[in-house]
Amino acid sequence: METMILISQVLMGLALILAFVRLVRGPSLPDRVVALELFSTTIVGLVGVYAIKSDVPSFLDAAIVIALMAFLAAIGFARFLERGGPRDD
Amino acid sequence: MIDAIKGSLIIAGGLFMLLASLGILRLPDLLTRMHATTKAAALGVILVMLAVALHFGEVGVVARSFAIIIFILMTAPVAAHVIGRAGYFVGSKLWSGTVKDELRPNYDPLTHELKSGLETEANARRQPKENDPD
Repeated sequence: METMILISQVLMGLALILAFVRLVRGPSLPDRVVALELFSTTIVGLVGVYAIKSDVPSFLDAAIVIALMAFLAAIGFARFLERGGPRDD
Repeated sequence: MIDAIKGSLIIAGGLFMLLASLGILRLPDLLTRMHATTKAAALGVILVMLAVALHFGEVGVVARSFAIIIFILMTAPVAAHVIGRAGYFVGSKLWSGTVKDELRPNYDPLTHELKSGLETEANARRQPKENDPD
C-alpha cells in the first residue's frame, strides 16, 4: 500500500510539473487559467491521497475548500476576460 | 483485498491526472486543451475519492468524499464552459486543422452580437402568431 501511495504521489507531482510548464509557456491568458484549473484539481487528488497516507480524514475538508476556491477562481477569471473585450496577449 | 482495490484506484487516479497534464502540454489550442483537462482530471479526482471512501469506511468520511465527487461533477463542466466561452470571445486562436467553427458565421466579434439566422421582422417586433399558446 505504501508503495502504491508513493507511486500515485509521484504521478501527481509529475502532472503538476507538466501543468506548470503550460502555465509558464501558455500563449494566452485563458490557457493559463485552464492550467490553474488543472493545478487545483490535481491538488485535490493529492490531498485525498495524503488523507489516506496519514489516516486523518479531516484533510477532506481542505480538499472541499480547494475545489470550491478553484471553481470560484475560474468563474472570476472568465468574467474578467469577457469584460476586457478583444485582446492579443 | 480492499488494499489492492484502493491501491489500483489511486494509481489509476494518478495516471488519469498525468494524462490530463500531458494533454494540456501537448494539444494545440485552448479548446482541445480544455477537452483534455476537465474530463481526465475530474475522473482522476473521482477515483481518488472513491479510494478515500473505501479506506476510511465511516459514514461521515464517505459522505464527505461523495460530496467532493458530486461537487467536482457539477462544477467542472460549468467552469469549462465559462472559460471556453471567454476564450472564444477574447479571440484565442483555433488550431489550424480545425474542421468546423459553427459560431464564426453567427458571431460578430466587434459588436459582440450573436445571430441565429432565423430572425424575422415579426419576431423582432414580438408580434403574436396564430399558433401561439395563450
